[in-house]
Amino acid sequence: MTDKFISIESVSKRFPAAGGGSTTVFEDLWLSMARGEFVCIIGHSGCGKTTVLNILAGLEAPSDGAVIVDNQAIEGPSLDRAVIFQSHALLPWLTVMGNVAYAVASKWRFMNRGDLNRQAQKFIDLVGLTGAEHKRPAELSGGMKQRVGIARTLSIEPKIMLMDEPFSALDALTRGTLQDEVRRICLETGQTAFMITHDVDEAIYLADRVVLMTNGPNAVLAEIVENPLPKERQRNDVHRHPLYYGVRNHIIDFLVSRSKNFADEMAGTNYDRRHVPVVRPGTPQVSATRPASLDSTDGGQARSPMQVVADFPTSSRPSLAQHRA
Amino acid sequence: MAVTWRAALVSLLLFGTFIGVWHLATRGGGPVASMDPEYAKLVGATASQGKSAMPGPADVGLKIWQHLKDPFYDRGSNDKGLGIQLAYSIARVMIGYLIAVAVAIPVGFLIGMSPLMSRALDPFIQVLKPISPLAWMPLALYTIKDSSLSSIFVIFICSLWPMLINTAFGVAAVRKEWLNVARTLEVGTFRRAFTIILPAAAPTILTGMRISIGIAWLVIVAAEMLVGGTGIGYFVWNEWNNLSITNVITAILVIGVVGMVLDQVLARATKLVTFPE
Ligand SMILES: Nc1ncnc2c1ncn2[C@@H]1O[C@H](COP(=O)(O)OP(=O)(O)OP(=O)(O)O)[C@@H](O)[C@H]1O
Ligand SMILES: [Mg+2]
Repeated sequence: MTDKFISIESVSKRFPAAGGGSTTVFEDLWLSMARGEFVCIIGHSGCGKTTVLNILAGLEAPSDGAVIVDNQAIEGPSLDRAVIFQSHALLPWLTVMGNVAYAVASKWRFMNRGDLNRQAQKFIDLVGLTGAEHKRPAELSGGMKQRVGIARTLSIEPKIMLMDEPFSALDALTRGTLQDEVRRICLETGQTAFMITHDVDEAIYLADRVVLMTNGPNAVLAEIVENPLPKERQRNDVHRHPLYYGVRNHIIDFLVSRSKNFADEMAGTNYDRRHVPVVRPGTPQVSATRPASLDSTDGGQARSPMQVVADFPTSSRPSLAQHRA
Repeated sequence: MAVTWRAALVSLLLFGTFIGVWHLATRGGGPVASMDPEYAKLVGATASQGKSAMPGPADVGLKIWQHLKDPFYDRGSNDKGLGIQLAYSIARVMIGYLIAVAVAIPVGFLIGMSPLMSRALDPFIQVLKPISPLAWMPLALYTIKDSSLSSIFVIFICSLWPMLINTAFGVAAVRKEWLNVARTLEVGTFRRAFTIILPAAAPTILTGMRISIGIAWLVIVAAEMLVGGTGIGYFVWNEWNNLSITNVITAILVIGVVGMVLDQVLARATKLVTFPE
């Protein structure tokens, strides 16, 4: 991945604090993404994930540093970078159709009404809201609202999708369907996707790389977990992959314990914010100082499952079963 | 449903009681004392029969009926039908009010959308807003030199502030997430103003318009009493000079009804643009 399609370079964000000073959400943050890549970011609530996403979207300016997209520093929001908002952000005075068509009309300003409605309808159908076109957001459930948000974002066929917990309000079944759809669309259209999630399984199913963020304030990107799953994966048997539990447990370990004391963990090591350590759980550390932008084509499929079983005893699995139930 | 009917029944009862008490209180108490008929004629029924100077509900009812039968007669400048007087007042209110709408909404948008203009105009608004609209009257008469235009100006100035302040507030309070949607969709300033800010702020703006029309209707009566000539305010004052309390009461009722209609029209409009969240 020599191609750095998106590159966050030394970005900081500070908010004025109550007492006149300022709180630093994060500082000197570096991350790059390749074209067509799907990156998930995981971290505890309030660590600054939405802030990173807003900066990528161009909705917020970083206090320092820059975001480069396609060799150009971004200066504001763009139709190429579509956002699925954490809070749905539907326009309550418009119907479902109105909301999606508004986005379509913003992208294709001279499209005639017929084409416009067809394009909107296509994506309303896709998210399974056929029949609810003329409802107002207030008449929809939380999950339905989120699906309208997803339809609105997909309908403008962006180059980059920035998703802020897009599936968090959905029931398991709908979530599965939409994950499949979003994944399919991303693959088919060569979409580059950046997604915030709290769901480890979702991250492993969708992402090529999972970025782990420590607790704020002064959050840092602790590690980048390379997903060993092949690009061709099926929802029903991702968990049969020999390295699946390795990855999963690694991320959960991070969230449960390491995210709090990461600074102590890193003290004295050669941790470098600019080259966040890349790890492939279940296998020996790849390289702690390896640049995040380097390629990793085969995710380690060649490694034997035995090694994984040895690394992660079966006793750690019941928690998984519980989680999925 | 049952509550609606019961409420209507209670309203009716209260109204009946009020009319009854009114009637009893103003009914004549018979001749006070035997009096020379010539003299009695001279002092009038009030003094001669102990009849109250206050007209009873029957007198007022009769008067209203007469006005309703012939609202638009015109017998010279001091004797015009109630309909004509009302039409003058409503026309003045409408003209002044519509000019105020045309000024307040764009300026309110400007203030709401630009923090700079908001700060720059704030001191003026703060000082001008608390001035009683009637205090402008002498200045208006002096500069405009026309009583009718002066009352229109006074209506303009009194309906301006609530609309201006509500528009500015509504525009400034549009939810950031909706504006962010517009920004990520690269919506231009004008389209954003009309498709995001206007619908989002419409309920607040219309609430301001409703407050304004109420104030305008309150002020027009006072303004017309002051400048005279025509209008329902002048009518009230003129009938007071004629000591025709029946006409004064009739006018009071009519002013109330028209005010209610104006308010209800805007209440309906507000309901139309209000969106559930
Ligand atoms: N406008 C703001 N002013 C001040 N502080 C802010 C502002 N926006 C965010 N913050 C702070 O920045 C930190 C990160 O917020 P952010 O919304 O990015 O968290 P998050 O990781 O998305 O959390 P969650 O998972 O709960 O959505 C929080 O501590 C928050 O208090
Ligand atoms: Mg968030």
